[in-house]
Amino acid sequence: MTEPLIALDHVSMVFKARRGGVKAVDDVSLSLEAGEVLCLVGESGSGKTTTGKIVAGLLKPTSGSVRFRGQDIWQMDKARFKAYRRAVQIVHQDPYASLNPIHTVFTILATPLQRHGMVRGRAEAVRRVLELLETVDLTPPESFLFKYPHQLSGGQRQRVSIARALTVNPELIVADEATSMVDVSIRVSLLNTLQRLRDELGVGFLFITHDLAIAKYFAWHGRVAVMYLGRVVEFSPTPALINDPQHPYTRALLAAIPEPDPDLTRRKGKLQLRSLDIPSLLHIPPGCSFHPRCPLFEAGLCDVQRPDLVPIDEKRLVACHVVARERTGTIAKHAASPVGISSDPVIGADLGEYGKESS
Amino acid sequence: MAAWQRSSASNGTPAPVLSVRNLEVRYFTRAGTVQAVRDVSFDLHAGESIALIGESGCGKTTLGLALLRLLPKGARIVDGEIRYRRRNGQVIDVLQLDQEEIRRFRWQECAMVFQGALNALNPVLRVWDQMLDTARAHAALSRDEVRERSERLLRMVQLEPERVLNAYPHELSGGMRQRVMIAMSLLLDPQIIIYDEPTTALDILTQRAIIEVLRSLRDQLDFSMLFISHDLPLAAELADRVATMYAGKIIEVGDVREIFYNPRHPYTLGLIKAVPPIVGELYDISSIPGTPPNLIEPPSGCSFHPRCPYARERCAREVPPLYEVGSLHTSACHYWQEVKLERQVVETGD
Amino acid sequence: MAQAARPGQLELAPPGLGQRLATAVKVFFRLLAHSKAGFLGFLGVLFFVVLALAGPIIVPDAGRPDMTKIYQPPSLEHPLGTDYEGRDVLKQMLRGGRAIIVVAVLAATLSTLISIAFGALAAYAGGWLDSLIMMLTDVVLTIPQFPLLVVLSAFVKLDRPWLLATLIALLSWPTLLRAVRAQVLSLKEREYVEAARALDLGTTRILFGEILPNMASYIVMSFTIGMTAAIYAQVALYFLGLAPLAGENWGIMLNLAWVRGAIFYKDSLMYILAPVLAISLLQLAMVTMSRSLEDVFNPRLRES
Repeated sequence: MTEPLIALDHVSMVFKARRGGVKAVDDVSLSLEAGEVLCLVGESGSGKTTTGKIVAGLLKPTSGSVRFRGQDIWQMDKARFKAYRRAVQIVHQDPYASLNPIHTVFTILATPLQRHGMVRGRAEAVRRVLELLETVDLTPPESFLFKYPHQLSGGQRQRVSIARALTVNPELIVADEATSMVDVSIRVSLLNTLQRLRDELGVGFLFITHDLAIAKYFAWHGRVAVMYLGRVVEFSPTPALINDPQHPYTRALLAAIPEPDPDLTRRKGKLQLRSLDIPSLLHIPPGCSFHPRCPLFEAGLCDVQRPDLVPIDEKRLVACHVVARERTGTIAKHAASPVGISSDPVIGADLGEYGKESS
Repeated sequence: MAAWQRSSASNGTPAPVLSVRNLEVRYFTRAGTVQAVRDVSFDLHAGESIALIGESGCGKTTLGLALLRLLPKGARIVDGEIRYRRRNGQVIDVLQLDQEEIRRFRWQECAMVFQGALNALNPVLRVWDQMLDTARAHAALSRDEVRERSERLLRMVQLEPERVLNAYPHELSGGMRQRVMIAMSLLLDPQIIIYDEPTTALDILTQRAIIEVLRSLRDQLDFSMLFISHDLPLAAELADRVATMYAGKIIEVGDVREIFYNPRHPYTLGLIKAVPPIVGELYDISSIPGTPPNLIEPPSGCSFHPRCPYARERCAREVPPLYEVGSLHTSACHYWQEVKLERQVVETGD
Repeated sequence: MAQAARPGQLELAPPGLGQRLATAVKVFFRLLAHSKAGFLGFLGVLFFVVLALAGPIIVPDAGRPDMTKIYQPPSLEHPLGTDYEGRDVLKQMLRGGRAIIVVAVLAATLSTLISIAFGALAAYAGGWLDSLIMMLTDVVLTIPQFPLLVVLSAFVKLDRPWLLATLIALLSWPTLLRAVRAQVLSLKEREYVEAARALDLGTTRILFGEILPNMASYIVMSFTIGMTAAIYAQVALYFLGLAPLAGENWGIMLNLAWVRGAIFYKDSLMYILAPVLAISLLQLAMVTMSRSLEDVFNPRLRES
């Protein structure tokens, strides 16, 4: 078996806070093959952005390992780490904050090219920058060359950000809410551009979003991981997740999403949650962190034992005691000791195989 | 009875609560005059809910502010009429009110909850103090009356009055603050409430809760709503009628089902095709080509023509009027007959 | 060769250095002209700089002492009157700017450099280095600076401009350092800096190419504020007689005017007012100029 491009193995991230630590990411294991699309869906505080930064090597997790082609990135020598750095790029959410206001588009794109010796001389730099601008559908590229970010629209800036990520020929782009701050009429064409990069350049994506519609349209052939309070609660191929959600949280999300269709959306019933309020990250509930809101809550089980992410069929993983019991007849019991975690067959190194289309 | 079915009944009543005619708002900036709202006319009937949808910079927020005469410095209503009918039937001209009258008009007759309402609460005052201040600033009410009303309204928005009234804003979650703002907007029993992006920046489950609250409020109380949003699903949820704005103009108005299932303006159609349903099959999605218009020099003729797939030579020349395209459905497109929503299923669920 | 076929290729040539400089100068003037006060401030600063450079050249000396002419009121011959030795006050004023301004520029440059270097280092390195630098800063910050300067002047003979400048600079960097560190800390978290890290552009490039240029207006403003502080410190030292009264400058003028009792003569009012006025005008010019500088550095305001 070849190594996945990126694998997170039991990764946790605790930020120091005045009153103890904030566990932004809690024991997350994910893996991504080259050219694959994985969507990380969650609401604010779910830890999806932190997970993205960990994948991009911008944050060092407090525990767990991040492996790039099988090698732990935080144990790599300098040269390998640099190669990994360039292989994984990030595109941010806010088009107004992601470009340095004092540089022209040309400077923004030419600097990484020159730094890494990918172009020689100014003429070649100009030529390559023009190519990149065309790749991200900024046409005619000449007219954008010496523009400052503030002279561009939000959508155009986002395209410059994407072009900047492409300068170093990445294998994976972490797109953190990359389309959520642009207008709907622009959003689709931005998504189309990204999709084309995936198809033509073979770039993989870790697509981080709170918007299931974007997950659906961008990752229909990929997988979605739903995060809640730092944990992955469901991991499944996109069509299955959208049309047959398993975890009660995913179900609630899909039942709650307003649809752009009056009849469909007004048929959606009232929320079946026990509580509307999201717990603070400083006081994550014991057991299953969703239990204070969960309609399937079982006292003595959900508030005591933490459910593991277990397979419920050949494609899907769910972290819920009740669903797991109904689907498989066993309780998704958390391993007793920390040593036990790594030996747990369910979330070992083979995790990447779960949830994929059986092809 | 579902909310949108009520619209037909309210359409029967002859006199609207709010009647806007040929409203023109301009921003005078160094770069030039921005034509933010152009020739906007619409009626809002009693108990009705209208969604004003459009993308950033289309003039929808400016329109909302103009209705309350809350425009920022540098912006002016240069033409048009805003008529408001009081509960006693008296019709007033909002543009003629003096400073004192307009202050009472806001909140008492017409309240507005702004975008970013999450930060609209004063962080150093308890919710109760802010309720009291708001009530006292706009109407003569006793302390007990304000207390009684606040408690009733907070219960209506699914909050515990005792806990929330004594809380500082930072002790409440985003969704709770938003519900406090909604309760506050209803404090003086206004006939109209304008909500600017009421669910933006809220999590999905919180959004759903807000939507449910607004629905139940409309069932229990008697007021009209004007929503300003870029969010089509929200309009689908809450509106009786939908008005699409583009480049400062209202370009299509109709019953919510008409607009979503039978749009007759290429821009509305484009928006709907850009935002497909989540549950169900994979439909084709498409974007609107081009970039949003410059409102200092809006395109000639139909402002949408440079981005419109249906555009012909006539569109650049002639400004389209709002054509009657169906029952209570108007569209500002010369070729509205050709505009038709067709959705293609790209792939099914399995 | 595909490139040659592109239309509008000429425009693709990035502007040369001379051209860019010319545009920068043009933009600078337009923006300064935009705020009248700022432009006046700029003219004022320009005037004083020219004065500092050319004053002692245009006016080779302030005349010999002449006991017959002491404390004369303003006249055509002596527009601002004469001093206790009968020397021309206007000539002294024109000559007296250089020393003060040179020391102020030196002191401000030095303290700005210290603050940027160590402030950026503290913010970027973090950890124990940050703690150490900040501890030092706090120590210096808690010392009452002017009294320390007074004490130090008793030990060090401040007869060299650079010595005076260094002493002033060594006491004035902490405030700016704290500010620089805070700015770098916040800019470090910007998304474009994060993107630069992901692109492996290197710490040097990130610091000098992405972070510091965004602080340019702030640094220039701090520089002028540093200068004003240095001017006050010098004048105070001279006035109190704590720096050697050698040569001619506004501070020494003020000291002598005071010590020699000019304040008691109605006719010599201008003798004591002249240096005060010169100092105040210079300070005013710098403060008004620095305020409009933000516009000059904001790319958003550069065109139109």
